[in-house]
Amino acid sequence: MQKHTFTISLFVGIFALTVLAQLGVINQYLQSVIMLMGVNIILSTSLNLVNGYMGEFSCGHGGFMCVGAYVTSVVTVLCFSKNHILGAPLLPPSMALFAFPIALFAGAAAAAVAGLVVAIPSFKTRGDYLAIITLAANYIVISAIDNLEIIGGPRGFMGMNAAVNGMEGIVDIPWMLLWVLFGTLFSVWLLRRFVSSTLGKGVPAIAQDEIAAEIMSVDTNRMKLIAFMLSSGIAGLAGGLFAHILGYVNPHSFDIMKSTEVMVMVYLGGMGSLSGATLSAVLFTVLLEVLRPLEIWKWVVIPLLLILLMQFRPEGIMGNKELSDLFPKLKKYYSFK
Amino acid sequence: MEFFQHLLNALQFGSFYALIALGYTLVYGVLRLINFAHGDIFMVGAYIAYFVAVLLLGGEGMNGLGLSPGLTLAITVPATMILTSLVGVTLERTMYRPLRRKGADRLYVVITALMAGLILENGNLALLGASRKSFPELMEKVVWTFGGISVTNLKLVVVVAAIAVFVLLEFIVSKTKIGMAMRGISYDKFAIPLMGIPLDTIIVFTFILGSSMAGLAGILFAMSYPILEPYMGALIGWKAFIAAVVGGIGDIRGAIVGGFLLGFIEIGVVAVFPSTLRDLFAFSVLLGILWLKPTGLFGVAKTTKI
Repeated sequence: MQKHTFTISLFVGIFALTVLAQLGVINQYLQSVIMLMGVNIILSTSLNLVNGYMGEFSCGHGGFMCVGAYVTSVVTVLCFSKNHILGAPLLPPSMALFAFPIALFAGAAAAAVAGLVVAIPSFKTRGDYLAIITLAANYIVISAIDNLEIIGGPRGFMGMNAAVNGMEGIVDIPWMLLWVLFGTLFSVWLLRRFVSSTLGKGVPAIAQDEIAAEIMSVDTNRMKLIAFMLSSGIAGLAGGLFAHILGYVNPHSFDIMKSTEVMVMVYLGGMGSLSGATLSAVLFTVLLEVLRPLEIWKWVVIPLLLILLMQFRPEGIMGNKELSDLFPKLKKYYSFK
Repeated sequence: MEFFQHLLNALQFGSFYALIALGYTLVYGVLRLINFAHGDIFMVGAYIAYFVAVLLLGGEGMNGLGLSPGLTLAITVPATMILTSLVGVTLERTMYRPLRRKGADRLYVVITALMAGLILENGNLALLGASRKSFPELMEKVVWTFGGISVTNLKLVVVVAAIAVFVLLEFIVSKTKIGMAMRGISYDKFAIPLMGIPLDTIIVFTFILGSSMAGLAGILFAMSYPILEPYMGALIGWKAFIAAVVGGIGDIRGAIVGGFLLGFIEIGVVAVFPSTLRDLFAFSVLLGILWLKPTGLFGVAKTTKI
């Protein structure tokens, strides 16, 4: 039974949230906070694979999210929305339910390919120089989209609501909430399966000592390729979801500030801990909402908190341990695989 | 003729990048620390220059001392450099040093630096508001024209300042005792204190040098483009950092070469293509250089001992 308790409670939780949202118990604002939380969880766990498990310093995660957001949006707008450049919708709105996951997948795949920009140089270099490459990649993505007039350039891109409306036209339930919850579950599950697999054990091995890992028959280049592409692909998924939650994307919402936010979440939670990254993403989203009345001071308080954290507990909230390592008794009640 | 005009602009922009890149490279060379707050120290430098200048000159709703612009400039430059270096040293003392004492991983110091930069940016925005400050004119603009190329005295000052700073730093690092100590720390941080060299003093000195250069860049930038806003340091800082890395971070010649290279690339792109493509090309070229030569132009690949 304990093998399934966690899975069952997760699905019950998702079901309960959807029902509550449907009945209007959870209002729109709370729903959007929950959805942002989901997106943040996806982002922080995916960056944790590279910055935490693999010990690299990637500071351009926002760029991959941007690629995912734009590709997914272009696909859904192409299919379901009338756009003055991309033309009339290709599919009837009733197809939205099937096309949306495909669009999300396309966005994630495109982001994974964009991850190659970082993955290939990582064969030869690491540390500070790789950090610059990720940073430059972030700027290149944003700058490229700024210059693509066909998708709005610096003005942003919209029309994604058509796909969401199409889905709601079939069955009127809060579809975006459901997609975000399933997306979050899928990403965390995928990452968890990857890092605990035999193949995935190579990732922390690279973090510990790259040369030793290579001697121990870990194909480091292949591992790096997989880790970077997986991480950026999942970030692309987060981007696609994010774009459809807001119904509007702007390249500048994925700039270095976004990347910094994700880094804050990773280091707050602890490097190399998926439950830590999840927990810190939840905490961080709540913190952002609670501190909203502080307006701009919020962005003084949050960095200050992180600096204090670095001074007094540099390993983050969880260190590199999972929740079940810290509280072994919890193992009786759940196992998450 | 237009070519020379662009060349001059490129030299001016390159000088700003080079001045900031020098600060990055100095701190990195000594501490192996990417001081991500450096771009924001540049911004703070520009603001300090603004306040000092307004205080001395008067205007902008403040009853200043009413000094003449020339005298104001003469006082503003050293005052800003000193005050900005104080900011840099404060960061070192309050944030980096405790971490260094604890022997924390380099990564944590880098994150602290990143966060310190955010605090400087947003703290400034919160304290001073979003209104942009316009910098008073301290130097009468003189335009010289040589056969179709017009040169303002300010542009010349900027380029000369960058080269002078480069020569000074190169001299300090390679010829003086304190420079030798800096190189020593970069070589082996653990053996140096055993040789009777005060580690912390040298590190503070490095921060003073780097931050005062950022302050100087701040004044010159504020004089050339007299609109100040809290986020002005972010993009220029990142670009200067990339310039430092392309030159080979930790190497003073590299910072100068990288800075000017970035200036030439940007102005070259703007001269041919629409100006919105500037960042795209600049970053792509730099990415290409790093792909081909991951240690930067002047960097030396290190071999790891097993």
